[in-house]
Amino acid sequence: MFAYILRRVLYAIPILIGVNLLTFALFFVVNTPDDMARLQLGVKHVTPEAIERWKVEHGYDKPLLLNAEATGSAQFTDTIFFQHSAAMFAFEFGKGDDGRDIGNEIRTRMGPSLAIALPVLVIGLMVNITFALLMVFFRATYLDLWGVVLCVVLMSISGLFYIIAGQYFIAKLWNLLPISGFAGGIDGFRFILLPVLVSVVAGIGSGARWYRTIFLEEIGRDYVRTARAKGLSEVRVLFRHVLKNGMIPILTGVVVVLPLLFMGSLITESFFGIPGLGSYTIDAIQAQDFAVVRAMVFLGSFLYIVGLILTDISYSWVDPRVRLQ
Amino acid sequence: MSFMPVILWTDALIFALLAAVLALVWFIRRHEHLLAPWRVVAQRPMAMGAALVLGAFVVIGLLDSLHYRERLADSPADAPQYSVEVLSVFDALVSGLRTRQEKTYSAPLAMQLYAKEFIERDGETVRDYPRLKYGGAHLAQADDHRHDIARRALVGLAQGLAVSLLLFGLLAAWQGRRTQMDFGVWLTAWGTGRLGWPGRTVVLILAIMLMLAGVLVQLASGYHVFGTDKVGQDVLYITLKSIRTGLVIGTLTTLVTLPLAIGFGIAAGYFRGWVDDVIQYVYTVLNSIPGVLLIAAAVLIVQVYIESHPEVFDTAAARADVRLLALCLIMGVTSWTGLARLLRGESLKLRTLDYVEAARAFGVSHARIISRHIFPNVFHLVLIAIVLDFSGLVLAEAVLSYVGVGVDPSMYSWGNMINGARLELAREPVVWWQLGAAFAFMFALVLAANLFADGVRDAFDPRLGGRR
Repeated sequence: MFAYILRRVLYAIPILIGVNLLTFALFFVVNTPDDMARLQLGVKHVTPEAIERWKVEHGYDKPLLLNAEATGSAQFTDTIFFQHSAAMFAFEFGKGDDGRDIGNEIRTRMGPSLAIALPVLVIGLMVNITFALLMVFFRATYLDLWGVVLCVVLMSISGLFYIIAGQYFIAKLWNLLPISGFAGGIDGFRFILLPVLVSVVAGIGSGARWYRTIFLEEIGRDYVRTARAKGLSEVRVLFRHVLKNGMIPILTGVVVVLPLLFMGSLITESFFGIPGLGSYTIDAIQAQDFAVVRAMVFLGSFLYIVGLILTDISYSWVDPRVRLQ
Repeated sequence: MSFMPVILWTDALIFALLAAVLALVWFIRRHEHLLAPWRVVAQRPMAMGAALVLGAFVVIGLLDSLHYRERLADSPADAPQYSVEVLSVFDALVSGLRTRQEKTYSAPLAMQLYAKEFIERDGETVRDYPRLKYGGAHLAQADDHRHDIARRALVGLAQGLAVSLLLFGLLAAWQGRRTQMDFGVWLTAWGTGRLGWPGRTVVLILAIMLMLAGVLVQLASGYHVFGTDKVGQDVLYITLKSIRTGLVIGTLTTLVTLPLAIGFGIAAGYFRGWVDDVIQYVYTVLNSIPGVLLIAAAVLIVQVYIESHPEVFDTAAARADVRLLALCLIMGVTSWTGLARLLRGESLKLRTLDYVEAARAFGVSHARIISRHIFPNVFHLVLIAIVLDFSGLVLAEAVLSYVGVGVDPSMYSWGNMINGARLELAREPVVWWQLGAAFAFMFALVLAANLFADGVRDAFDPRLGGRR
């Protein structure tokens, strides 16, 4: 088991290096620091001196890969690549355009992101499974058919609509919950309620439909027939056998997104004014703060890869045959 | 008036795509085994109803893709100069909607402006809602307002109904002749749903669409059906123009995805070994970067290019078009991995089958094995992916435009409409019509696409066919 995990972890390193090289190429080679400066300072009427000053301020005035003027190991370390890309492996992200330390910002913003994302995941999972089981219980009836149609209808509504409609009706018109904002501790509960509710409702369509197919796949298996042949009631078959076995693909699917919960949701956080990583990212994109975007790309890929490793581990835990391959 | 045709990049690609689809249809019609699953699709009421709605969207999108520039009236004949405004055939068809511009917001079907202004009335200045320049301008007094709307709606409804009845008669005559049935017999077969194709649904949906179109046309000739936006432009016009953007993003992105997904997916599964390792590495790397961020980075780059090379683009439309194309390219590059993984798994299975082994034993080349034996057997996966991805891409456009990395802000798109109107909900009274129109049209397109995709998937997926 340990050797297997170690192998998976080692495999993750070249992928992270690949991500790093790709972001380096995108942000410094295709799109040179001069371009960035021009975009930041305004394309027209910009002097070479202003561009030079901007580059010095942001530490982009060094050569890309190899510093010929320096000596010794500084030839490699005194470059953009080493100071801005390679440093990310040590989780040193530098400073954003607002002068704040990105690493610090990430640490403080993870909490609010998680406060939204985790309840959404857990409640969404329960709601979707409930709906899916209901449809499976009434399978091949009109209830099931219209349930699926309802899912497709819910899926076809833009996510933005759920948010805007939720904010407008629940918060503005009926004054039930605050329209946006965030607070720590118990007091924050009422701020979290609306974004969680909206996100869960927005996810029902695709989620319930997807779980329904998983359960339907299970229900055709031999062990289900055996259980029925033993004379178990349909409810018992569904809850004791189908649900348990259907949870395997569902939970392994959840494991891969677990680490990404830290990143939060771009749209939800930005609409509801949650000071999480999602709104941080969206602000950075809109302000064209390249240092933050780069840091978020690296963090996102890192968390995704952690998710992949966790998935592999959970697979091998559920099905030991995987380890031997 | 003379004009100069303009072929934007996306126009060319759209018509290339149309040609490819037509060629594919022609090819499929000649092969019974390829046609069989489509017959199954054609028997599903929901899929066929959805296809009709999609068809209506596609027609508008195609009309909106034939662009031209009008000649300036006062330019000399030997050295003609053309307007910088790029119009389309669709614009020409609905020129009334395009040109009837008000001052600012006005509610749907209103005859007054949204905001009060100082106006001269009977010699003195009063603060009141001024009448619109075009909306309801034909009415002498405000009391006729409701009456006029009802009358126009009824006329439109009747016209739509008349056209549908006419079409229904033609259909009955044509079908009756083809199947050698009496009109009465055919009518009963149609009424009881025993035609062999979902005639009732198709006719019903067609009639509803025609009646809606009739009402819209009638009302639009005298009013702004969905109101006007901040600068007084007709919201119905903006919404209809946005259809093309949605379609382009939904289709051209897939066009970019396909070669990558098919090429890499099949190669990885078929050749295995180091080819498989390299391709898997590439798509894990691409997959691990959060999609929005990759798109954001690439769009920023395109923006820098466009802004530093203004001489390449002669019109604003060309500039927006290149950005749209770039968006499709980038979304394609970030979204091919899912299909590639699916194709890789399927090819891994196929390569061990007897007929592939036999082909290899006979010394058939790899290229031939892939094109004759592997590709035809994974084609259903490709098709399902195309139709399933479409709706997701249309929805993604709205989100990306909100983030600020979507289509050009000057382009008509549902994302831009939503983005521009979302803060107006805070006004009093609420300006809801822009959001409503954008969401309604987006919903109609995406729902139709989803229902059609379901039909296609059920017909083509061999795993589903046996069980249900």
